[in-house]
Amino acid sequence: MMARHIVATVDEIAPGQRRLVSLNGREIGIFNVDGEYFAVGNRCPHEGASLCKGRLVGLVESSEPGSYQYSRRGELIRCPWHGWEFDLRTGKSWCEPDRTKVRSYELKVEPGGALVEGALRAETFPVSVEKQYIVVEV
Amino acid sequence: MSTIEMDRSQSAKYKLRVIDCDIHPAMTSWTEVHPYLEKRWIDHLSVYGSHLRHAFSEALSHPRMSPDAARIDAYPDEGGPPGSSLELMRKQHLDPNGVEVGMLIPLRWNPGSQRNLDFGAALTRAMNTWQVERWVKQEPRLRASVLVAQEDTDAAVAEIDARGGDPNFKQILILPRTDELLGRRRYWPIYEAAVRHNLPITIHVGGTNGHPSTGGGWPSYYMEEHHSVAQTMQAVLTSLVFEGVFERFPKLRVVIMEGGLGWIPSLSARMDKHWSRLRSEVPHLRRPPSEYVREQVWFSTQPMEEPASAAELIDLFDRIGWDRLLFSTDYPHWDFDDPRYAIKANLSEAQRDQLLYGNSRNFYGLG
Repeated sequence: MMARHIVATVDEIAPGQRRLVSLNGREIGIFNVDGEYFAVGNRCPHEGASLCKGRLVGLVESSEPGSYQYSRRGELIRCPWHGWEFDLRTGKSWCEPDRTKVRSYELKVEPGGALVEGALRAETFPVSVEKQYIVVEV
Repeated sequence: MSTIEMDRSQSAKYKLRVIDCDIHPAMTSWTEVHPYLEKRWIDHLSVYGSHLRHAFSEALSHPRMSPDAARIDAYPDEGGPPGSSLELMRKQHLDPNGVEVGMLIPLRWNPGSQRNLDFGAALTRAMNTWQVERWVKQEPRLRASVLVAQEDTDAAVAEIDARGGDPNFKQILILPRTDELLGRRRYWPIYEAAVRHNLPITIHVGGTNGHPSTGGGWPSYYMEEHHSVAQTMQAVLTSLVFEGVFERFPKLRVVIMEGGLGWIPSLSARMDKHWSRLRSEVPHLRRPPSEYVREQVWFSTQPMEEPASAAELIDLFDRIGWDRLLFSTDYPHWDFDDPRYAIKANLSEAQRDQLLYGNSRNFYGLG
C-alpha cells in the first residue's frame, strides 16, 4: 500500500546534493537539482550498484561529429560503477530507456502547515508549520 | 526516516560462494615498497624514477574512464587510491560478495616492462614480497601472483624459482603488451619454469610496450582502447599457438584475464581453418589450434559479455567450455562484475557454483 513519507526539509538537501533514505524497506535517493527535487531507487538495474554514490552530470549530445550540445546540467545520475546515465526526471537510462530504468517516485514539496493538518501528523518526523518539506510517495 | 548504506549482503537470494581471480591491490604510497627494495633501487627511484616504453612514464598508456580506472565508490575514506585499503576491500567486496579466495593482480608500475631491466627485476622481487606482507598475511582469503620481469628472462626465471615453492603464490602474472609477442622463444624459459612449479601463466590485460594499442594504430577514445584489449589477447593467443608454445609445453596452463569472451570461438575456428590450409608453414603444430586452446587455456569472465539474449551467452559458454571459465570481478576497477548480477542468464545452482567457485578451486588447486 502506498504511503506518503516526509523525508527532509527542503533546506536540508542543498542544490546539487543528495540524500539516501530508507522508506518501507526501500532505499531511495533524494536529489536536489537547482531547487527541483527528485526521488529514484538507489539500486542500479544493471548490476546493483548504489546509484547515490554516482556523479550528477548533464546531458551531452551531438548532431554531428565535431559539435556538441550540453544541457540539463546535473539532471542525470551516472552509476558509480559502469557509468550508466539515468534521467532523474523519469528514471530511464539514456541508452536503453525502455529496458534499463531505475524506479522513480512521486515527490512533492509541501508546506509544514498542510502536513500538520493532514494524515502525516503522526509521523515521528517533527513538523513545523513554517518550513517546506519533501514528501515522497512509496 | 534513516540514512543508510546499501547492505548488499542481505539482497542475495542465495548464499554466494566465490573465488575472485582478479583483484587489484594498490599502494597508499610508493614508500610502501621501500622495506622490500634494496637501498640502491630506492635511490634510483628517487633520482631517475620509473621508465616504461612510452612518454609520461608514470601514466597509463591511454587515459582511463576514471582516475585509476576505479569505481568511484571505491576510494577509501582515509585517503589513498582505490584498492589500497584492506578494510574497505573486505567491507565492500570480500565480505558481501562471498569471496572465499581472491587472487591479487598488481598492475601499477608494471615492473615487467621497466626499461631498466635490473630495476624491473628488483621491483618484481619487492612487489612480490609486498603482496605477501601487506595483503596475504593480513587477509587469509587473498593469494599473490608472481610478478616477473619478462623482458629479462633469466631474472624472470630466478624469481619464479624463488617463489615457486611458496603456497602464497598461485600464478605467474604477465601483461600482454610485451616487447615481442609472448609466443616468441625468448620467453620460453618462463614457461618452462612455470611448468616446473606447476604455476599457471596469467596474462592480464595491460602493458606498456610502446606499440599502438590496436593493430591499426593509436585510437582516439577510451572506448576504442577498451575494445583493443581483446585484439591484444587475440594476437597473444595466436602467437602462443602458432609459435608452438603449447606443443613444446603440453603441461603449460595459461589464463587469458580480462580479455573478453565473445571472440574466443571465432578465433579458434579461424585458426583451425587456416591450419587446415597452411599447416606446412607451422609443422610443429601437430593438432588443430583449437585443441591446444581447449586443453591449455582458461579465461577469466570479467568483463562479462552482455548479449541481447541469455541463450547467446549460454551458447558462448558451451563453445568455450564451461570448465574453462574462471570468475573474476576486477575490483576495484570501474568495470567491476558483481557475482550476483554479472552473468545475465538463468543458471542452475550447479552451473552457477561451477562458474563462480568450482572451476577456480580446481584450477588453482585450492583445497
